Amino acid sequence: MKANDVILRTVTRMAVFIILTFGVYLFLAGHNEPGGGFVGGLVLASAFVLLFLSFDIETVQKGIPVNFKLLAASGALLSVLTGLGSFLFGAPFLTQVFDYFHLPIFGETELATVVLFEAGVSLAVIGTVVTIILSISEDV
Amino acid sequence: MYTMNIAIIIPFIVAALVPLLYKRVPRIHTGWFVLLVPAALFAVLVSTIPDIATGETFAATIEWMPSLGINFTTYLDGLSLIFGLLITGVGSLVVLYSIYYLSMKRESLHNFYVYLLMFMGAMLGVVFSDNLMVLYVFWELTSISSFLLIAYWYHRRQSRYGAQKSMLITVCGGFAMLAGFIMLGTMAGTFSIRAIIDQVGQFADHGLFIAAMLLILLGAFTKSAQFPFHIWLPDAMEAPTPVSAYLHSATMVKAGIYLVARFTPVFGGEEVWFWVVSLVGLFTLFWGSFTAIRQTDLKALLAYSTISQLGLIMSLLGLGSAALHFDDVNERTVGYSVAIFAALFHLVNHSTFKGALFMVVGIVDHETGTRDIRKLGGLMTVMPITFTLAVIGSLSMAGLPPFNGFLSKEMFFTGVLNASELSIFSMETWGSLFPIVAWIASVLTFVYCMMLIFKTFFGEYQPEKLEKKAHEAPIGMLIPPVILASFVVGLFFFPNVLGDYLLKPGYAAVLPSYVEGGRFLDNIEAWHGINTELLMTIGVVVFGFLIYRYVHFWNNVYALFPRKWSFDALYNGTLMQLERRSTSITQMYMTGHLPHYLAYIFVFLIVALSSVMVITGSFAFNSASDAPISSYEAVLTVVMIVAAICILFARSRLTAILLNGVLGYVLAVFFVLFRAPDLALTQLVIETVTAALFLLCFYFLPEWEIEKIKSRTQVLKGVVSLAAGTIVTMIALTVSGTDIFDPISNFYENAYELAGGNNMVNAILGDFRALDTMLEVVVLVIAGLGVFTLIKLKAKRGGEDVEGK
Repeated sequence: MKANDVILRTVTRMAVFIILTFGVYLFLAGHNEPGGGFVGGLVLASAFVLLFLSFDIETVQKGIPVNFKLLAASGALLSVLTGLGSFLFGAPFLTQVFDYFHLPIFGETELATVVLFEAGVSLAVIGTVVTIILSISEDV
Repeated sequence: MYTMNIAIIIPFIVAALVPLLYKRVPRIHTGWFVLLVPAALFAVLVSTIPDIATGETFAATIEWMPSLGINFTTYLDGLSLIFGLLITGVGSLVVLYSIYYLSMKRESLHNFYVYLLMFMGAMLGVVFSDNLMVLYVFWELTSISSFLLIAYWYHRRQSRYGAQKSMLITVCGGFAMLAGFIMLGTMAGTFSIRAIIDQVGQFADHGLFIAAMLLILLGAFTKSAQFPFHIWLPDAMEAPTPVSAYLHSATMVKAGIYLVARFTPVFGGEEVWFWVVSLVGLFTLFWGSFTAIRQTDLKALLAYSTISQLGLIMSLLGLGSAALHFDDVNERTVGYSVAIFAALFHLVNHSTFKGALFMVVGIVDHETGTRDIRKLGGLMTVMPITFTLAVIGSLSMAGLPPFNGFLSKEMFFTGVLNASELSIFSMETWGSLFPIVAWIASVLTFVYCMMLIFKTFFGEYQPEKLEKKAHEAPIGMLIPPVILASFVVGLFFFPNVLGDYLLKPGYAAVLPSYVEGGRFLDNIEAWHGINTELLMTIGVVVFGFLIYRYVHFWNNVYALFPRKWSFDALYNGTLMQLERRSTSITQMYMTGHLPHYLAYIFVFLIVALSSVMVITGSFAFNSASDAPISSYEAVLTVVMIVAAICILFARSRLTAILLNGVLGYVLAVFFVLFRAPDLALTQLVIETVTAALFLLCFYFLPEWEIEKIKSRTQVLKGVVSLAAGTIVTMIALTVSGTDIFDPISNFYENAYELAGGNNMVNAILGDFRALDTMLEVVVLVIAGLGVFTLIKLKAKRGGEDVEGK
């Protein structure tokens, strides 16, 4: 008899968006509040893990056609490239800069290159965690 | 004038060309091309004789490593010229001999001549070098090329054994010598031998002086086969006979003699030097001649005779060095220095007659198929020329007229007699020992020389025991020993030609002060009236003949020295024991059990750290600056302690994982308490992921069997763990109790101004110290890829081995 997990799936559908939002919040808040690329990445990854638990792997991959190994690699690459980018301006490796801009909707906003770096960290964390869990579960 | 530098390099260049010649010109024996090298070098060296004889010297420097004081400096004086002439002269004859000795079809000639030329160049480098380090380089090169030559017939087990033995012994001595050279260079502040000799008086009281002397002597003794390092020479007789004739009689074994002679101006006159060199030489002289008599193999007999003769030269150098002890040069001290002159004279004589004898033995071996004197006999009529050569060589070795050995033996007796009258170095007590031992050794030398002649060439011809039908050797094989034998005879009749042109400059190089003093030796006299030396020689002949006649009685004497107690047995036993013990020691601690290795690591950590704490007395417990403990912290600590102890006694994996999780979550709460929100967040998520992974992995593992460990092992493990924990706690307490420097965190408090962020932790991670973060990201990705690869690419059971591809 096939188990009926309709409650789980329904809850997941809603919970995943909350988790994803929380993850993005942690990522963006990291500059001034607790959070940051690493924790944000982990929380985002947990959203994917929850999806894999509630649905089967094929369904999830059909819905989110992302190669997580590629994601991990591109995240690491992004982190390194932001560091190399500082060479273009004659600055030492991994020099970060920030400044305040007036944007149409957000008003007075701070933009910092460290966000790009943290984005690389996040992508690498998501990619790695999901790759590890997928590899192990596919092996079972 | 870079003649000498070029002379050293030429053999190496030609050695590189030899394989090409061997391949391209297969019809002509490669040896003919090689022969040009030593012959040309010999001619060049001969042309310098007139200059050297007038006291001139030549030096040239090619810079090699000037910043280290190591330069390719050559220096040609009388001493190095004697050796250079021997190396090139005997070298030419040996190459000529080898052309007829080694077959073109059966032997790999290109290897042979490459090794031989390498050796020749290295040997020239040893005798011409003025720089200690360069001298050492060439010294080791002679060891290596000698190793290659001894193992030329590498398919024979005995050759490999002999090569390994000579390599081990000479290289060990070489290392000792290097240490001595470095000490000497440090004391004098230069590596140039001439400069060292010039300023020897300035550092003779230095603490390293005696150590440097003994280490250099160790190198010289191992190379020159002095007692008890002589054991490699008889085993080196597995080499082809031209090699034995060249390396192991005329040149390489004399490298040690050269070294001792070269350093006599530095160390001579010291009591230690006098006693060590003369006693070792004298005992080697006796022991070599004593052992030679029991040999049945002609080459082994010659090997021991070489050892004995080298001992003779060495002891003469030792006795002669006493002359340097006296500050003034007068008739008496010149008399003592006769020994140095005799040593150089015998050095040349020995090279001539021993080279000839080796070639004679090679001919006998080549034409009859055996070197065993029990099978040989009656060859006098079959091989008349060889026989004549053997008689000339042997009688010269025995020290009879009209051959050059007689002159040097008389001078040897003069040297020991003079030395016995020395009034220094407590020679009043022991001096009379020298002539007695020297005389006994000479008697024994006479005996084995007689054996060499009579057992080989007299008696009955036994064709049934021989592998080949004996006949006289081809003319090409006879020319080199004939030339050497003509020197043996010629030097007896015209010794002063050699003396004036070569030996006196050589003597001047060893004892420079004796030339400045204006006094020189008298000429060598073949006949100097009836004196003690002549009587001693007559005694040698009479007693030697008697002993030879009744030699079978002597075999009982040798029973006193069974093979079990020989130095060969000691060497073999030492090697075997070294190997066995090191194997057993390695197996004792390399058990292959991880717990053992962990135990070593922890025990080392504990011992090292605790001894540092005890020795420096650095343990300090200072609770003054500690914060007060709140009740939350106390409760959480108790929870952690209980959980940690429970893990040790958990009976299932699930319990252990859950308890581990408890530890992790309590740690997160600690982070909250100590106001580290980022750490707490990360710790919570990571702990969850880890626990999940643990659960996943352990699902596939078999039931947890409680290991049955011996209670003793458990106690030991407990002790190690407790000690490790204690030492780390002690270090932590000590460190936290001391405030040496101000913290640097003040800088990071400006995070908002510097990095534009209020979260200081993230500012550090992403901005101030972003390199660490970047590399940690890379680590994480590598770990992920590792997991993926391990799982996806693992070889299926019974399937293909992916790794093998």
